Amino acid sequence: MAKNSAPRRRGGDLGFRAGTGFFAALVVMLVGGIAFVLWRESRLSIAKFGFDFWRTKTWDPVSGEFGALPFIWGTLYSSFLALLISTPVALGIAIFLSELSPRMLRTPLAFLTELLAAIPSIVYGLWGVFVLVPLVRKLELLAPAWARSLPLFSGPPLGVGMLSAALILAVMIIPFTSSVAREVLKAVPATQREAAYALGATRWEAIQVTMRYGRTGIIGAVILGLGRAIGETMAVTMLIGNSPRITWSLFAPQYTMAAVLANEFTEAADDLYLSALVEIGLVLFAITLLISAASRFLIWSVNREVKASAPMAAPAPEAT
Amino acid sequence: MNMKIRLKTALRGLSAALLVGAPVAAQTVQINGAGATFPFPIYSKWFDEYHKQRPNVEINYQSIGSGGGIRQLSNETVFFGASDGPMTNDQLAGAPGAILHFPTVLGGVAPSYNIPGVTASLKFTGAVLAEIYLGKITKWNDPAIVKLNPGVALPSLDIAAVHRSDGSGTNYIFCDYLSKVYPEFKKRVGVATSVNWPVGVGGKGNEGVAGLVKQTPGAIGYVELIYAIQNNISYGDVQNHDGRFVRASLETVTEAAAGAAKAMPPDFRVSITNAPGANAYPISSFTWMLFYESPKDKKRAKVMVDFFKWALTDGQKYCAELGYAPLPKEVVALEAKALGKIKL
Repeated sequence: MAKNSAPRRRGGDLGFRAGTGFFAALVVMLVGGIAFVLWRESRLSIAKFGFDFWRTKTWDPVSGEFGALPFIWGTLYSSFLALLISTPVALGIAIFLSELSPRMLRTPLAFLTELLAAIPSIVYGLWGVFVLVPLVRKLELLAPAWARSLPLFSGPPLGVGMLSAALILAVMIIPFTSSVAREVLKAVPATQREAAYALGATRWEAIQVTMRYGRTGIIGAVILGLGRAIGETMAVTMLIGNSPRITWSLFAPQYTMAAVLANEFTEAADDLYLSALVEIGLVLFAITLLISAASRFLIWSVNREVKASAPMAAPAPEAT
Repeated sequence: MNMKIRLKTALRGLSAALLVGAPVAAQTVQINGAGATFPFPIYSKWFDEYHKQRPNVEINYQSIGSGGGIRQLSNETVFFGASDGPMTNDQLAGAPGAILHFPTVLGGVAPSYNIPGVTASLKFTGAVLAEIYLGKITKWNDPAIVKLNPGVALPSLDIAAVHRSDGSGTNYIFCDYLSKVYPEFKKRVGVATSVNWPVGVGGKGNEGVAGLVKQTPGAIGYVELIYAIQNNISYGDVQNHDGRFVRASLETVTEAAAGAAKAMPPDFRVSITNAPGANAYPISSFTWMLFYESPKDKKRAKVMVDFFKWALTDGQKYCAELGYAPLPKEVVALEAKALGKIKL
């Protein structure tokens, strides 16, 4: 019995190694395959427009002129706005749940937050159209004249537009960011908090120490939310107003890359048009990759900084 | 190498098994089609009713959009296609064989609006609609609108022009009409299922446009007539070719097709927007089924032609209950003749 088990275990190990290795390789092949197909199907548009595709503003299926800049702008602007709104809320939820909440509330609150992630995006979209948009419109009507003259709030109060889209995106990514951030904070060793308290830190200071310890993970949680915001399609399509323009105005209807794909792909019969739409997909893919790489770099540089400074450098406020 | 041979043998065995199975399956004829979403309800009703009469005929239709339908037909992955706009000459040249267009039913597009305090039905001309969608008319009390609607107290409210953001036949019909009556629209925007709108917001689908119009005071939008009728959306009258203001309805849309029948080109690739006729509604259009002139699969072709004859005659009676305008008799007669062109 004991004699047999050794080779069998080795065989199992080998099989397991091969199996998991295969799955890991599958991911690489999938990503490579997607990139290849996107490139192959958009060759016509790449050959015709070249780099101009990234920097021209006209999107005119009738005359066959295609430029992705307004869509790139809309995608990045809406995603970063959503991040700006959602990050404080999501981190607040995560800190409350892991550090402050009474034990009784913890499970139901965490469950409800995660439930937000399970709602289909079409439901968010419909809720947005019927509830959020009228509210945003009322809010926009309240904006005083001096505010309306600022580029950030210019344009007629339509309700649909960048603000509504960013708000719905923020709601949609909060559960992702907060769940991951909560897990990160939970994983911070209790000794960190105990040490902070032992040094006389207040609760707020102890939480700062915890956050500092887990900051790579927290950045990762925020980036996860960003990734979701960039690719979100349905709810954004229903709320952003689908109008390709480049403006800082939160009230103005704009457009995103995912939304133009959802809107125009089915009816694109012309080869160049279809190719340009696929190239939008390629651009979206490239931007997602760039952001992933940038976040890796951010995490790496933060880690290096943490290692360089003292491992337990709680920002001690000056006692007065 | 060895592996390859083994695979080949296996495939050969498989195909032999399929061939043996074939005579059993031969009794039912399956035909696949794909294309426009607008006529999907009537097409599926037709295929369903026809299947009840001829249980051995199964026609499957996927409403993937006109563009997709044309593409799949050109790639010969479906037997027939369907489109809300006729194929362009380039598209026809790109297909592996000659493709014929056959009108099936009619659709119309109606302008819907939301002006607080205004309950009267407004009158529009093509020029006014074009100027609104070009951003030249920006207020509801613009002299051009006031002149058309004497007695209606129009407020000094910003117009929010709502368009369809998704590629659709509705866009095609609407732009086709505006391009015909307003040359500048043709030059600046043009005609297609998706266009570059100079102003306004885009809603996805009829429901998106209708939702935006309903919620935005000062909004104007355009929706499929069927959608407007089924959802009790009020809409305005549009001035037709003969100068009369006509309300969109199944009758006035059919009237537009009858007006156009006199000058019907032999390939049926005709736009019936702004058609002549006293009661012709100007924003109307055919929707087409697309067949190859000499289909490779003669057996399926014969079944399809039989079906189409039925759809042109008995099938038209299902139009009204689903809210489609039926084809006028003149067009049906022309099509019955044209079906003979398909080489069986």
